[in-house]
Amino acid sequence: MKKTAAEETGEGARNSLSRRRFLAGVGAAAGAAAAAIIPLTQVTKSTSAGPHHSAGSAKPPRQWAMVIDLRRCEGCVTTEKAPQCVEGCNAEHFVPEGQQWIRVFEVEGAAGHSYFLPRLCMQCENAPCTKVCPVGATYHNEEGIVLIDHERCIGCRMCMAACPYGVRVFNWDEPENPPGALFADYRPEYPVPHRRGTVEKCMLCAHRTEDGKLPACAEACPMYAIYLGDLTNDIATNHKEVVKLSSFLAENSAFRLKEELGTRPRVWYIPGHGEEYGHDIDEQRDPREPRSWQELGATLENPHGGHR
Amino acid sequence: MIDQPEMARPEKRLEEVAFRPLLHTTRGWYVWLAALLLLTGVGFFAYAHQFQKGLGVTGMRDTVIWGLYISNFVFFSGVSMAGTFISAILRITGAEWRRPLTRLAELTTVSALLMTSLMPLVDMGRPDRLLYLVRYGRLESPLIWDIMVIPTYLAASIIYLYLFLIPESAVLRDRLNGKVSELRQGLYSLLSLGWQGRPRQRKGLELGAGIMMLIIIPLGVATHSVVSWIFGMTYRAGWDSTIFAPYFAIGALYSGTAMLITLMFVFRRVYHLEEYFTEKHFRYLGYMLAAFGVLYFYFTFAEYLTAGYKLESKDKLLLGNLFFGRYSWLVWPGFIGGQVLPVLLAIHPRTRTMPILFGASLLVNVGMWIKRYVIVVPSLAEPLMPYQWGVYTPTWVELAITVASFAGFALIITIFCKLFPIISVWEMEEGWESEAATVSAPSGSPGGMAATPATISLEGLEGSQSVL
Repeated sequence: MKKTAAEETGEGARNSLSRRRFLAGVGAAAGAAAAAIIPLTQVTKSTSAGPHHSAGSAKPPRQWAMVIDLRRCEGCVTTEKAPQCVEGCNAEHFVPEGQQWIRVFEVEGAAGHSYFLPRLCMQCENAPCTKVCPVGATYHNEEGIVLIDHERCIGCRMCMAACPYGVRVFNWDEPENPPGALFADYRPEYPVPHRRGTVEKCMLCAHRTEDGKLPACAEACPMYAIYLGDLTNDIATNHKEVVKLSSFLAENSAFRLKEELGTRPRVWYIPGHGEEYGHDIDEQRDPREPRSWQELGATLENPHGGHR
Repeated sequence: MIDQPEMARPEKRLEEVAFRPLLHTTRGWYVWLAALLLLTGVGFFAYAHQFQKGLGVTGMRDTVIWGLYISNFVFFSGVSMAGTFISAILRITGAEWRRPLTRLAELTTVSALLMTSLMPLVDMGRPDRLLYLVRYGRLESPLIWDIMVIPTYLAASIIYLYLFLIPESAVLRDRLNGKVSELRQGLYSLLSLGWQGRPRQRKGLELGAGIMMLIIIPLGVATHSVVSWIFGMTYRAGWDSTIFAPYFAIGALYSGTAMLITLMFVFRRVYHLEEYFTEKHFRYLGYMLAAFGVLYFYFTFAEYLTAGYKLESKDKLLLGNLFFGRYSWLVWPGFIGGQVLPVLLAIHPRTRTMPILFGASLLVNVGMWIKRYVIVVPSLAEPLMPYQWGVYTPTWVELAITVASFAGFALIITIFCKLFPIISVWEMEEGWESEAATVSAPSGSPGGMAATPATISLEGLEGSQSVL
């Protein structure tokens, strides 16, 4: 019962099927009937933003969102692995030691029960962090992702004080980079190499979404608990199924963290406690410690390393 | 009038007392200077280490992202409030007793503000990108408000201090001629800008002083407001407060007055200024300390009552830990020792004696530093998500730099006092002069620069036509 969902969908089928279906969904919502057969690059080119792309196209840029289905998240305890979203993220971004750009918390609910809550950057529309940055090093891109320009960040940490979700982390020491990273073509959408004295955080894998891929955490989640959504086209996918974002949120009573602050996060949660994978409401489980990118053997050429 | 041969006795005595440290240097002074240089040197060494290794050498980590540096920043900005602010207020309201006090007050401000400005630089993760603040500065950021206001306040305070040093330098130029090295003689001559005490020069000074006084008071308030808004613009428990700006401004006045009492007592002892820093000065500053202390208590009470009554979950967590939990060992001594006891000591006539007031002022200095720390650290340590409380233990680097900032504060004052009298000789003489003028020649006398300083600013502004 516990392993069905993950096993029934074969590895290969999982990726290709999901991507095609997702893109099909995007296409359908955008009015393109034959989206499924349009090559991947064309779709991403026509819909992805970036100032250099948007010149000719009048289409509004995509507005990325995420949905995390807590009914499906049980801290990867049943898989007997560390939370895979964290490891996927660690490997993808060579996340420096001591940081977790996505972190799985065990939260005590109102009724005294406990559940797992993966927390990444909320990509707030009314983002407290971007407001306080003295040099504009952190900002929204056209697709609503909050990015950090590590070549401009002065390391004052004002954004860390401002973030109400404790998402932001800092390179206190010289971070270790994978071999060759110093020659990597740095850009805020792919923040490699990491630099001392600058702030880091989840950036919704902006470098992957522009290639039509799901964020590393969503792709790594064996429970399909993490959806990438697009508010413009009202669609979301977890690389297994495609849903209409607005009704998916409404029908499942989705909520956002600290909604009352008015930060308008773009990450929604569907309440739950891992019940789809047999996690009882009062069951104590200890998730394993996620491995670092070094332990996962990630390299620049193969960021997934031994992860999959 | 500066070279009047028939100098009255108090003038002669003042000269003797005020110029003595400028002409004679004791061995104790060298020891003191060496100690301060050593401590600041250790601080520089610590910073060089941090510059090389990164902020990882501090105790700050991802939860508690600010520590001693930012606490010191807030503390020194508070100390800086009193000096120039008090000096300007006293000048505007024409309090005659201010005269021996103004120089020390203004110097305290300049010195404390220099330390205030250094602390955020020390705290930067990328000090190499300092100029990005100018190049890419965004007005929306509270940090940029600080970057704009604090240097302005510093510049205004330096100008304000210097304005009254112009006639003072002329006094030194004329009266220390031959007694000091040529270099120093040249310095005094240069700084005096050819001051001869002519009516036109006096008018110009009055105008400048009048304008600076009016500028400095709102600038002082602005400084403490923008410092508070670094915290007040966030959602954090304990920082998310609408009264933070006035709360900080009052705290600054309280803290700054205490520093002034401390320094006054020390200078009185070391430089034998018993005749000038009198019991009256201590009593008046004691009144101010008590008044600011009561006001500060009122703000503290209002701040915690409104949070503690509702007990919003984040506030409940913070207040519980401040008053009964992991920070209570700091909060209660800081509150009782730094806010309650000194005010009681300053209020009661029997304890309002010089040594006890000095003790009370030390308590306030320490208590307010603790208060700054308690504002900065616990609000950061409190978890925003279900994780553990942040732990913060300052490292030797932070401690060394903190000690160095205090040493640097003292060092600037020490060196200044070797070059200029800590009591404004010119301003004292001007006071005696105008006193004499009101007795003999009520108005229009050449020395009549405002018998009642309440008119200084007005006269200065009126005089603008004739000066320009």
